[in-house]
Amino acid sequence: MNRNRLQKRSAPYIFTAPFFIWFSIFGLFPVIYAFYLSLHHQVGLVAERPFVGLQNYIDLVLDERFRHSLWNTTYYGLGSIFVILPAALILALILHSPSLRLKGVFRIAFFVPLLTSSVVVAVIFALVFDTRYGLLNNYIVEPLGFERISWLQDGSFVIPALVVMGVWKWTGVNSLYYLAGLQNASKDIEEAARIDGAGHWAVFRYVTFPQIQPVVLFTVILAIIGSYNLFAEPYLLLSNSGDRGLMAMVYLFNNAFSFAKFTYASAIGYILFFIILVLSVAQLRIFSVFRDD
Amino acid sequence: MKSQMTPSSSNNRATTALGAVEGGYEPIASSRDRKASLSKTLRSARSGALFGFLSIAAIITFVPFAYMLSSSFKRRDEIYSVPVTWIPSEIEPLNYVRLFEEIPFAREYLNSAVIAVIVVASVLFFSSLAGFAFAKYQFRFKNQMFLFVLATMMIPIQVQVVPLYLIVNSLGWLNTYQGVFVPQAMSAFGIFLMRQMMLSVPDEILDAARVDGASEVGLFRHVAIPMTRAGLLVLALLTALTSWNDYLWPVIVLRSEDMLTVPLGLAALINTYRVEYGMVLAGSTLAMLPVVALFIVFNRHFVAGLTSGAVKF
Repeated sequence: MNRNRLQKRSAPYIFTAPFFIWFSIFGLFPVIYAFYLSLHHQVGLVAERPFVGLQNYIDLVLDERFRHSLWNTTYYGLGSIFVILPAALILALILHSPSLRLKGVFRIAFFVPLLTSSVVVAVIFALVFDTRYGLLNNYIVEPLGFERISWLQDGSFVIPALVVMGVWKWTGVNSLYYLAGLQNASKDIEEAARIDGAGHWAVFRYVTFPQIQPVVLFTVILAIIGSYNLFAEPYLLLSNSGDRGLMAMVYLFNNAFSFAKFTYASAIGYILFFIILVLSVAQLRIFSVFRDD
Repeated sequence: MKSQMTPSSSNNRATTALGAVEGGYEPIASSRDRKASLSKTLRSARSGALFGFLSIAAIITFVPFAYMLSSSFKRRDEIYSVPVTWIPSEIEPLNYVRLFEEIPFAREYLNSAVIAVIVVASVLFFSSLAGFAFAKYQFRFKNQMFLFVLATMMIPIQVQVVPLYLIVNSLGWLNTYQGVFVPQAMSAFGIFLMRQMMLSVPDEILDAARVDGASEVGLFRHVAIPMTRAGLLVLALLTALTSWNDYLWPVIVLRSEDMLTVPLGLAALINTYRVEYGMVLAGSTLAMLPVVALFIVFNRHFVAGLTSGAVKF
């Protein structure tokens, strides 16, 4: 009995210990080590690694390619927030309408692109975006009366192309997030507003939207993180496009694993970490201001 | 968690059923009241338009897959031709044959499968173990420890990736399976998910088993695990999907041709066989095959798992 009680007391520590041990080696230590690296200078797997203070960070602020990659990432992020998310919300509102047939089938259909590996997405969209033989130019751009677009070469279309690909891949799952929010929203309040004579838009703006606002916040933060994580698609699709579609994660990867500038890449990692943190906290602030009014 | 995930699907079925009933009574209602009949017509026109819109959107979603599948059976000149032939003029598995003859595609498949199976087994075991502790035990610093687990999810990969590479390199694990799976062997999200599942295991059953002399490990194995199978399945599917599709970490660790996973092999093909796109498409089709098969069987679990984060938020 005594032995059992002792076991019961120590069991939770033993059960959770593997995670904490693993995390300190493969999670926490890298975070500290990255900061250490970012204050040093090292190229290649060499022994000497002189301390350089904030030099890497200063170099990065002055690095035009890095600033360009941040601009591209921001551009893509804005695209996903203002194109993908509204599309997903519209899709969710349609999927939420009670009289729709085959709702379950649609819900699942729009979800399928998410199952696709980024590499396969890049493989397929290389053909979709092909200037001469691509589906987009031949079946949408030209029939609408526009000139063919060099999606992956023309500097002004590279990021929009990535957003188009993002719409295809991410609209479905975001609409499912919103749908879950809509299904949890109170129908009674909407009904009451409607009886009081509120129109469709007013009901949506003042009754439905505030109720799904936490989900919207969640998807916006996910979209921001996602734009800083975007790697395989631009890395593979835009390998011949020079810096036109250079994304932050690709620049980090190239510095670390093509040029072996491990310390410089660590500083990039910390700057991206900081940006993501600031944007997420700003989101939480902005949305809580909205919630108050 | 279970109670949180099922409502969305059952709710949905209920509303669909309701819609069907409404539709069934439509003729009677419209014969009675002209005004009602007009609004009914308008409503059914509107829902028809929405249905059409969704159908077009669904077709656009599937066109890239259809394109991949059909072109994987085409010869080179037919892949690059306008207008697109949706059904190849000659259906022949040439690209698939070449995939296995010219590159070690079978070996890549095996590498991907081995890594996915190990990652899934490890994540399931350690997540349910820790999730069980957080859900069913009272202990000092429990809340702080659980918050810490949640906070670890906020650390972006951008910060960790370079040091992780240096660690794996100094362990001599570059170009090995363990180099890929050890840094992915546990999951804070998995612990969070399994904790939610384990909350539904009744304390009375655990205490009764304790009185009967069961050890704490025995409780975990024989009571907690069997009662949370649904959650384990969701976590297994998500983890397998992530591992199978992963590119960033494996491309850093794996080097030699016989160690590549399927996504890495495909990416290498894009670069070396840019003109032989049929092979790349055949490989992509085969890469999707197990995912699609699992999705057809378990689609509800996939959807529940991938949307569980939002519901909780």
